[in-house]
Amino acid sequence: MNEIESTVAQRPLPEVDGVSQAYWEAAARGEVLYQECPEGHRQLYPRALCATCGAEPTWQRASGRGTVHTYTVVRQNWAEPFKGLVPYVVAMVDLEEGPRMMTNITDCDPDDVHVGMAVEAWTVVVEDGLGIPFWRPAAEAGGR
Amino acid sequence: MSTSDRDRTPVIVGIGLSDGPVAPHLDTLQHHVLATRRALADAGLNKADIDGFGATGGSKTASSPDDAAPLAEYLGIDYRWLDGTMVGGSSFEYLVQHASAAIQVGHCDTVLITYGSDLLSRAGRMLGSKGQFGVGARVDGPAQFEAPYGNVLIGAYAMAARRHMHEYGTTSEQLAEVAVAARAHAALNPRALHRDPLTIDDVVGSRMVADPLHKLDCCVISDGGGALVMTTAERARDLPQRPVHVLGASTAQTHWHVSQMPDFTATGAVASGREAFRQAGVTPADIDTVQLYDSFTFTSLVLLEDLGFCPKGEGGRFVEEGVLRPGGKVPLNTDGGGLSCTHPGMRGIFLLIEAVRQLRGQAGEAQVPDAELALACGSGGWLSCIGTVILGRDAR
Repeated sequence: MNEIESTVAQRPLPEVDGVSQAYWEAAARGEVLYQECPEGHRQLYPRALCATCGAEPTWQRASGRGTVHTYTVVRQNWAEPFKGLVPYVVAMVDLEEGPRMMTNITDCDPDDVHVGMAVEAWTVVVEDGLGIPFWRPAAEAGGR
Repeated sequence: MSTSDRDRTPVIVGIGLSDGPVAPHLDTLQHHVLATRRALADAGLNKADIDGFGATGGSKTASSPDDAAPLAEYLGIDYRWLDGTMVGGSSFEYLVQHASAAIQVGHCDTVLITYGSDLLSRAGRMLGSKGQFGVGARVDGPAQFEAPYGNVLIGAYAMAARRHMHEYGTTSEQLAEVAVAARAHAALNPRALHRDPLTIDDVVGSRMVADPLHKLDCCVISDGGGALVMTTAERARDLPQRPVHVLGASTAQTHWHVSQMPDFTATGAVASGREAFRQAGVTPADIDTVQLYDSFTFTSLVLLEDLGFCPKGEGGRFVEEGVLRPGGKVPLNTDGGGLSCTHPGMRGIFLLIEAVRQLRGQAGEAQVPDAELALACGSGGWLSCIGTVILGRDAR
């Protein structure tokens, strides 16, 4: 068990609701979902409507491949359990399908993270029906 | 300009600051009271003259004593118009936009807008006690998609700055120039928290908090409060201060949570600035004094670009020429800004107060000679909600 897995249960966690339930359940199965409406607009975070056109979106499974859009290395956070994790990377990852999500980049030296870096999703199961997605350097990119 | 007795052009006729930037003798409500007293005295008005009230505290509980309605009770404001818009630090630029419309329409004649915070003194008593959510917290709503990842306030701005560096080659030294220019203005202001000289090397050599932002890329934490009194140009004719005219005011939002920021290198200042300039009938080149939100050095840099003081992406090269310093082409944050003077959590009202001081010619050593036009632009949330206000010494 790595540092991420061992601290996930102590992190602030989602209060799962009627819309977010499918997303967090999928993460517990090792999947990342995004939403797409009949007009083809794609989005994260998931909502009860398409934020572009107002239509009702449906769930799509992401490939789990993405790139780092931007990131920071957090070197100061007094809140547990993050206090013990610094320095760690908070990043925005562009899914190859388009939607963008906040995450941590794990399994690498924070100083090796860069904009445009190829990353792949992995998830940690917190409890029944609740998994948390993280991203790490893509295996085929030789980053691990 | 119209000088008829029906001239309802909105003007600012009173400004007041409470004690600061370090005021352990004041709590939040006392900051509101002191700022209100001083703004009313400055305006030559009594509390009974106030028939419109705008305030927001930014506290998170339903019983927050400094939200608009509880505060109206505490201050004893008998209003016909109330606004408690809460969008973070730019709430006060939003309130000026809303109050201007309310005055023009006739919902009220004379508006008090107040802000107060004992952030520094209170934090001093509670330092290190808790994080944003707390261990084991369950977070509802859209924030549930960010909470597990341990982002911090500065991290949002750091991600925007990083993307700007990636796209445009902006450097840490260029960002540092924003802090250095603020310190140069703070040296002229006896009320500023930090007045010692500051160099680029000091900033980029300070501890990294969230890459690429260093400790000295961050605003100070202070106490402070401020108040504004607005009324009609007609009413202002009988009042002691030269009125400052609201020539343009507009607001825009691109996102709330930073993960939803559509373009990490641009803000709602593009839209709110364009509209405020259109209303005022002026351009960035006409502005004499600029007061921009500077929660972090990057905040001011991106606002300068988005408002059109330089082209998109050119902010770094624009500021490194020293244009923001005293006597420069765009003297920025002439009170020393959030970076060196005052930042009690929400800074928007101080931008407006400093702009008024400049247009009245009351800015002391930091006075921009013959300032006729001022711009105040606040950023609330995580570069989310941007309010732009253009003020004029004269009516247009």
